Amino acid sequence: MRQQMPKQDPQVRRSNFDEVAHGFTAELARAEAERCLNCKKPLCVDGCPVEIEIPKFITLLVAGKPDEALAKIKEKNSLPAICGRVCPQENQCEARCILGRKGEPVAIGSLERYCADWGRTHAAETAPEPAANPKGKVAVVGSGPSGLTAAADLALLGYKVTLFESLHAPGGVLRYGIPEFRLPKAIVDYEVGNLTKLGVDIQTNVLIGKTITIEELFAQGYQAVFIGTGAGLPYFLGIPGENLNGVYSANEFLTRVNLMKAYRFPEYDTPIRIGKRVAVVGAGNVAMDSARTALRLGAETVSIVYRRSREEIPARLEEFENAEEEGVVFHLLTNPIRLSGDENGNVTTMVCQKMTLGEPDASGRKKPVPIPGAEEEFSVDTVVVAVGQGPNPILLQATAGLTLNKRGYIEADPETLMTSIPGVFAGGDIVTGAATVIAAMGAGKRAARAIDEYLSQK
Amino acid sequence: MKIIDKKQLAPAIVKFLVEAPLIAKKAQPGHFIILRYQENGERIPLTIADFDREKGTITLVCQGIGKSTEEINQLPIGASFLDLLGPLGQPYPIKKLGTVVCVAGGLGVAPLYPKAKALHEAGNKVISLIGAQRKEMLIMTEEMAAVSAELQFSTDDGSFGYHGFITDPLRAVLTREKVDEVVAVGPVPMMASAVKVAKEFQVPVVVSLNALMVDGTGMCGGCRVTVGGETKFCCVDGPTFDGADVDFKELMMRQRYYRDQEQEAVHCCKSCKLEEVGK
Repeated sequence: MRQQMPKQDPQVRRSNFDEVAHGFTAELARAEAERCLNCKKPLCVDGCPVEIEIPKFITLLVAGKPDEALAKIKEKNSLPAICGRVCPQENQCEARCILGRKGEPVAIGSLERYCADWGRTHAAETAPEPAANPKGKVAVVGSGPSGLTAAADLALLGYKVTLFESLHAPGGVLRYGIPEFRLPKAIVDYEVGNLTKLGVDIQTNVLIGKTITIEELFAQGYQAVFIGTGAGLPYFLGIPGENLNGVYSANEFLTRVNLMKAYRFPEYDTPIRIGKRVAVVGAGNVAMDSARTALRLGAETVSIVYRRSREEIPARLEEFENAEEEGVVFHLLTNPIRLSGDENGNVTTMVCQKMTLGEPDASGRKKPVPIPGAEEEFSVDTVVVAVGQGPNPILLQATAGLTLNKRGYIEADPETLMTSIPGVFAGGDIVTGAATVIAAMGAGKRAARAIDEYLSQK
Repeated sequence: MKIIDKKQLAPAIVKFLVEAPLIAKKAQPGHFIILRYQENGERIPLTIADFDREKGTITLVCQGIGKSTEEINQLPIGASFLDLLGPLGQPYPIKKLGTVVCVAGGLGVAPLYPKAKALHEAGNKVISLIGAQRKEMLIMTEEMAAVSAELQFSTDDGSFGYHGFITDPLRAVLTREKVDEVVAVGPVPMMASAVKVAKEFQVPVVVSLNALMVDGTGMCGGCRVTVGGETKFCCVDGPTFDGADVDFKELMMRQRYYRDQEQEAVHCCKSCKLEEVGK
């Protein structure tokens, strides 16, 4: 039987920011690892965007060698403690596991996390020495999942890498977006620290496009540039009343809490205002993170308002279940159409249109259509809009010759990830639109390889 | 990020000369920076009040109005800001227009000065009108005098210059001569009044908005303002906007959203210090 990670009790955890899942004990890890059939043609590996040799690391775990298991993972994945926590394994490696055909797949993600946590708590990791004679100088723009991965892989390939980050702390969405209770920031610090050990120079407070341009990076001797700036521009609903006080983008709400630690106000200076009644619009992972954060900040009722039905919820099943267990209320087939407020401009009411499912739309999902005359009103003090993000235009506008697609994302060669500017590569959400941490890491990995090839041929 | 020089301009208003070569190299009138002075601190946006590309310095003017800004103003010469990011925002486009009236209220002189200076250097006739609550709150008067063909003052209490709001001298100038543009920077009610007056005379009016923001790079959307019926982000689309189109009422309400927390932070901070004194 598949082993489950012990979790904090929902009633307890909904009022603290400590990590929800505790991770496997050595016994649980071993019991789970022993379930692996060690297939000759492991399908799980095909499901991994960074191609971790999953059966091999699991075999090492069974043999009681977590240090070697971790080393095996790290051959392919520089951020295992993060991936073990936030990857949607159920759609990737675990979805392909042969055991899943008749029963439950091996808990690959939990095992990956176990190895990474073991390494961290046993200080067992030794980073390779930075190359004495670097093969070249590469700039990486953005320190989210794709940038961290590209930087690590380039350093391992023997390049001198500078990683530029506009915020005051590295990590991108891992830092500002994903909450402490799902990904403790100490882990982000640790993984970023490993990058420094590889010789990567991390420059925070540099906004490429404003502080320094890409053209200037080349003039400074960088031979290639990787753009991994993500999809960080928040989308709003475009409905009346959206600029009332108490209406946050999920980005702002989560950034205040995660990056600026507003949940520890006034020990930390950045405030956040949380009302008794919170509505989160959208049902992706970011919406679940926002809703669960709102509970932990002390909201009495937290609702997810989503225009489609339960089946179409884009969040990971685990996150949806966590949210439901903690008491988040789901208002499905419900679409906000206007907000109104009081004399101080604070939001008080959300009016929603009830929806029903019609024919499948371009995304293949059944299109929600309004039920004429069916409106619903909610009293709200705080609204968090979590309906997706787009490309931040700052760098794109400042870089002449960079070709964008119709949606405003960077056009990059699907194989090499090279953009319209020779020597400039791009990957992750800034190319694909908002996706997952691991997809961005996969892109960072491919870009590192492509940059190495490009510079070797020069 | 080192503070090279520091000068008290008025009660609670401090001018810092800061080493920031990368920012100085790119700075243009209208740009701003985001700074943090300590690990637990907020990200504070401040307009670049002046810059020297050769020396690699920028000038910042900070008014102590809350816990963070009061503590920033206590930093000594030689200290460094923990984080400094910039230059941010869209620069204010400098053109030769003819006659431009630069109107500032209170701390607004600091963001206004680089614009007035550039307008002057571009060959415009700059008429500057500076208002403050009282005489000792008037700042950067010498700098403004150096770039202005004419400089007038007003104080709310009549302790210096015209007794009343700066919009009265603005009206007088607009009545007196043909003006090609008004630039107004200061507290929201002052900018709203200046826009109203400029509109009466059908003179284009530009304002620089100080919405609350977190990252300053278009990521959070906390600084959204309604301009011409459309939502704009003050940090990346502004902070300079066509004043005639700005929804000042909304901006004012959004600026007040954290007032209770700001007071709590100040109160908490002061009681901590009192406890320390008690020990």
